[in-house]
Amino acid sequence: MSEEPIIRVRDLRKIYRVGEVEVHALRGVNLDVPRGEFLCVAGPSGSGKSTLFHILGGLLAPTSGTVIVGGHDLSRLTDSERTALRRRMVGFVFQKFNLLPTLTAADNIAIARHIAGRNHDNDPWFREVLELLGIADRLHHKPSKLSGGEQQRVAIARAIVNHPAILLADEPTGNLDSQNSAAVLKILRDLNERLGQTILLITHDPVVASYAHRVVHMLDGRIVDAEP
Amino acid sequence: MMLTLVGLSRGMLADVARRARGVGADIVVRPPGTSLIGLSSAPMSEKMVDFLRRQPHVTHAVGSMTHPLSGVTTITGVRLKEFDEISGGFKYLEGGPIRNRDEIIVDNYYARQNNLRAGATVELLNRTWRVAGVVEEGKLARLVIPLDVLQELTANPGRISQVWVKVDDPANVPKVIASLKDQLKGYPVYSMEELTSLISVNNVPGLRAFITVIILLAVVVGFLVVFLSMYTAVLERTREIGILKALGASPLYVLHILFRETLLLALAGTVLGILFSYLTRWMIMSWAPASLTQVIVPDWWAIAGAIALGGALVGASYPGWRAARQDPIEALAYE
Repeated sequence: MSEEPIIRVRDLRKIYRVGEVEVHALRGVNLDVPRGEFLCVAGPSGSGKSTLFHILGGLLAPTSGTVIVGGHDLSRLTDSERTALRRRMVGFVFQKFNLLPTLTAADNIAIARHIAGRNHDNDPWFREVLELLGIADRLHHKPSKLSGGEQQRVAIARAIVNHPAILLADEPTGNLDSQNSAAVLKILRDLNERLGQTILLITHDPVVASYAHRVVHMLDGRIVDAEP
Repeated sequence: MMLTLVGLSRGMLADVARRARGVGADIVVRPPGTSLIGLSSAPMSEKMVDFLRRQPHVTHAVGSMTHPLSGVTTITGVRLKEFDEISGGFKYLEGGPIRNRDEIIVDNYYARQNNLRAGATVELLNRTWRVAGVVEEGKLARLVIPLDVLQELTANPGRISQVWVKVDDPANVPKVIASLKDQLKGYPVYSMEELTSLISVNNVPGLRAFITVIILLAVVVGFLVVFLSMYTAVLERTREIGILKALGASPLYVLHILFRETLLLALAGTVLGILFSYLTRWMIMSWAPASLTQVIVPDWWAIAGAIALGGALVGASYPGWRAARQDPIEALAYE
């Protein structure tokens, strides 16, 4: 693939300081993610995959190394520039859905558009996505009235509503039963295949990882192998 | 609270002014060194009444004595025949004029507050009075007894609190006042217009300071209420703020949401305060119309709103700042 990867990570290190103790969460990670890839980062708890997720999403600044997302070097960005990057380029899907409980599903999606300053856009593409996600008739319900699978589909809709360059999903099926897990993973694969959405999924579950094009394994803050 | 207290201050002063106007006099002469809202008893000789009657253009002069009872309640002594001549007399709703020395006239507010009717008895000044008549409020006082009886009971024989003077032609009022001021050095002499205009918050000693203290208290209470509620709201919504920040919300965006909520809180508080002032007025008119009078003060609605908004915004500043700089990862991990 000659095109520049949408994510390029070189010698990424992250050290947390807990009092006098230094915790090395990432110890020189190198990773390229081509545009349109569905990549899974797998690994046990404490392997550093969540730290990698947070850095790639602009939620956390790296200690050293280079992280380029969509042409922006995250290691050189200020807090407010990383906030702007999250708004424009990254969509998040969390294990716990993280929907705002007082808003309806429609408003949970709309608030992401509002934050991005796109609340007046009439996006016909998004109607198609709602149909794809199968939540068009559940938009006026609050999260407490939705099943776990429906909540996660609303969270996916919120994550992609602003056409992010990358969709980051952290254990998106961790709180779902097997049937809803399969449905959510199929949706993610459809989004990747039909819309070309770049997806980076984090999991410790091999079944979940099997939906991705490629799987990389992390252990003790390093990528230890990569399957093609 | 602010609207109710300002309404009470104004209402009670307006009530005093209305009752003074109800006497029907053109001029009031008060003893030297007395305030406009005098609750002191009788520092002036009753001979002043005769002196005033002898003045050119004066057709009537009647002295009255005011004696404090409890709180802001007073009892007034007046020679009823002379008072009827200057004022046109009381309008009796029940009963009639005083015929005996142990009788009293009460106005309808006092009667309502104390469940009194004509013929009932009431304990005042350590003795029992029979209610001779219930009169329409708005004239001289709420409780009226003969002047000589009040002078005797308070050990003030021949003394009065003020003299009400009526002249032959309103056009002659300035001339009479000028003449009286010339002859009665040190005695405050007011036209009725002047007296009623001077009965205001600014001219009652301590009242302006009292209202200022109440406003400051309201600001402090408003600040604390908003501070605590917004602080609690920020704590309770830590995770939600984290979600917004993960979605790319800037600190300004989070602040904007909190301040918008604060604005709504202040507006709702102002509207509730206005409604509350109507409620307190209704309660006062129902249960204590003789002791207290409250008016609605629309000109204070905007002031109260601005004070509420100012206090609320200051109160929301720290919680807002705290929310705006919240770390999204910590916030998302918050349970």
